[in-house]
Amino acid sequence: MKKLSLTVIGLYALFLHAFSQNSGLDTVIYKTKPLALEEINLVSSYYSQSGNHSAVTGGIGDEHVVDFANGLDLKFVGWDQNHNKHSILAGLGFDHHTSASSAYVSATGASKTGGTRIYPSLDWTVENDKGNTFGLGAYFSTEYNYQSFGLDVHFSKKINSNSEFNAKFSAYFDQVKLIYPSELIPKSSVVSSTPTYYTTASGRSYLSGGGGGDASGIPSSPRNTFTGSLSYAQVINTSLQASLMLDLVGQSGYLGLPFHRVYFNDGSDHIENLPSSRIKLPIGFRLNAFVSDQVVIRSYFRYYQDDWGIQSKTADFEISIKVSQFLSISPYYRYYTQTASKYFAPYKAHTAADAYYSSNYSLSELTSHFVGIGMHTAPPQGVMNNQHITSLDIRYGHYSQSTDLNSNIITFDFTFK
Amino acid sequence: MKNRNHLFFAIAALGCILIFDSCVQVKEYQKNKLNDADMVLSSRRSQKNELNFQTYREGSAGANGGKTGGGCGCN
Repeated sequence: MKKLSLTVIGLYALFLHAFSQNSGLDTVIYKTKPLALEEINLVSSYYSQSGNHSAVTGGIGDEHVVDFANGLDLKFVGWDQNHNKHSILAGLGFDHHTSASSAYVSATGASKTGGTRIYPSLDWTVENDKGNTFGLGAYFSTEYNYQSFGLDVHFSKKINSNSEFNAKFSAYFDQVKLIYPSELIPKSSVVSSTPTYYTTASGRSYLSGGGGGDASGIPSSPRNTFTGSLSYAQVINTSLQASLMLDLVGQSGYLGLPFHRVYFNDGSDHIENLPSSRIKLPIGFRLNAFVSDQVVIRSYFRYYQDDWGIQSKTADFEISIKVSQFLSISPYYRYYTQTASKYFAPYKAHTAADAYYSSNYSLSELTSHFVGIGMHTAPPQGVMNNQHITSLDIRYGHYSQSTDLNSNIITFDFTFK
Repeated sequence: MKNRNHLFFAIAALGCILIFDSCVQVKEYQKNKLNDADMVLSSRRSQKNELNFQTYREGSAGANGGKTGGGCGCN
């Protein structure tokens, strides 16, 4: 009996100990884990473009552009007491470009041709244990002739384990510096000392020709963009999934650029004039399929329509071939076609009867082809035997447009841990 | 042009119905292929700058996870 009692007490103590261990374990599981740096991404691109339809010179002239773009993203992840996962994505972008047409903002071709853009961003997302998320984002971009400030709110909800609904609402509040072509500054202007400022009939001062110097004194005009984005993602079977995306974009304010010239059929030149509002409606569909153990096909289709008269269709295909467990090669092709905006006409085709006019060829009827190849590698010993570089993506693409615009882009995407 | 757009939408709608109608319930342990990085239903991070230049050189944007506003006063 004594033995039995001791056994029962022993078992009780054992259970007590076991439960006390469990209790301790629970505390560990739901313990707050502070934000820690999980991943760093560096994306660098070199873009080079040639063409002969610059909007600065009214739809004729050199469109040569070189752009060197860099973006650094830091991702921090942590868990709170309720076991919600918090992610903070802090980004910083830095682009530098040279543009041949920028020289001709001044009629003499003396304006500066280079520019730098800096754009920090911050996003916070919280995800609960069901996989639903909520987040807020902020974005800022600044360059010589343009400033932009953006905010967004986004959330996602898993409808079941195979489908998810996403929504995002964003607002951008931009300021366009009113840098006009030098010959289009009103004749009544008063020239001041260097740098050259002009005063218009309305009494406002302008810096002519987009030349160097401080841009802070140049007046600007607002451009606002509001976007509602909805998407629905669905697993179709074990090797096929799709998503449907719908955006509704509303823009208001100064939607042209003040240094874009338009030449009328009478030979006179004017500043591009476009409506102060625009509604865009793009609908996208993405379908990804694992067609064999080594091949994934990624496809994307988009239909787009706006109230400026542009309708466009996009089809994009990428075949990702897994050469080995740690290396894949991805050739891709994108086809794009659009109708012309009702406000577009080429050089010397607009008439004085036109209320709105532009010779910007991005608003013209066009077809484009974009073809290229990508490579992704993530070796277990790290890229180039560096354990901190966990993956590398390289993409090269050649773009050709029916307007004779051609460009090449190469991108390097490093992931560090 | 209008008739061609109607045809485009009719084919797209039929395709969506056929695709979404053929869905089967996939368990978590059956998702090894779906969880592959190439199967992610968004643009690649390395496509970000490609989407940017296409936005400025073409008249349309959006419905691809990229930006629809902000950015630069590019020429």
